[in-house]
Amino acid sequence: MAQTAPVETERPVGDEVVVPDVPWIVIVWNDPINLMSYVVYVFQKLFGYPREKATRLMLDVHQKGRAVVSTGPRERCEFDVSRLHAHGLWATMQKDR
Amino acid sequence: MRGGPVKRSRRGGFDLRIPTAEREVLGTIPEMLRALLVDGDAADPALQRLYPKAFTDDEEASAEFDDITHDELLEQRLAAIDTMERTLRSDHVTEDELLAWLAALNDVRLVLGVRLAVTEEATVADFAGDPEAERAYELYRYLSYLEEQVVDALSS
Repeated sequence: MAQTAPVETERPVGDEVVVPDVPWIVIVWNDPINLMSYVVYVFQKLFGYPREKATRLMLDVHQKGRAVVSTGPRERCEFDVSRLHAHGLWATMQKDR
Repeated sequence: MRGGPVKRSRRGGFDLRIPTAEREVLGTIPEMLRALLVDGDAADPALQRLYPKAFTDDEEASAEFDDITHDELLEQRLAAIDTMERTLRSDHVTEDELLAWLAALNDVRLVLGVRLAVTEEATVADFAGDPEAERAYELYRYLSYLEEQVVDALSS
């Protein structure tokens, strides 16, 4: 994937402290029905991602067949999966291995 | 886009400029969806598409998740359908009402798409010779167009 301009991060200094309980990922899988524009819209709306990031994730789903759209503790991922299902996206979660 | 069917309004909310004939077609959606959502067979692939398995490789956890979330999801879907039906003839809708339209439009597209086994490369020629499938695909295409317009308006 081509590299875009570096993105400014607002990461506070010293956040490399490892959070032990973050073992889950949420995956959105490609499907032939959902519109590309709709998927971008849903990623922006549900996760608050900027349009550029939402578009990049949508293209990953479309071209690579899947993309990790969020990560976190199990409960958080369950919440995200249910919201994605409510919006008709094909999402699953699994332990990040 | 000028002259599109869905436009953000200066006074708030959205203007719907959808011809009566198209609204008639849209009027068939609520009943179609309700019939499937409420009385459908859980093994129906269209229904399964609306409630995907939540865990990549864990049937048991997926079934548990479905037990917990299914009713709320169903309620949300039915509420969106009710709102779309109630505002079907409206020339002006609120953002929440348009979001309900979007949810119902996307749900019905998923159902039709599964039934027709559409692919990303599908064209009307794929359904030639089967008038019912051809009609369903035409509806699918129209709903795709309308949904795109709704997304554009919401993103504007």
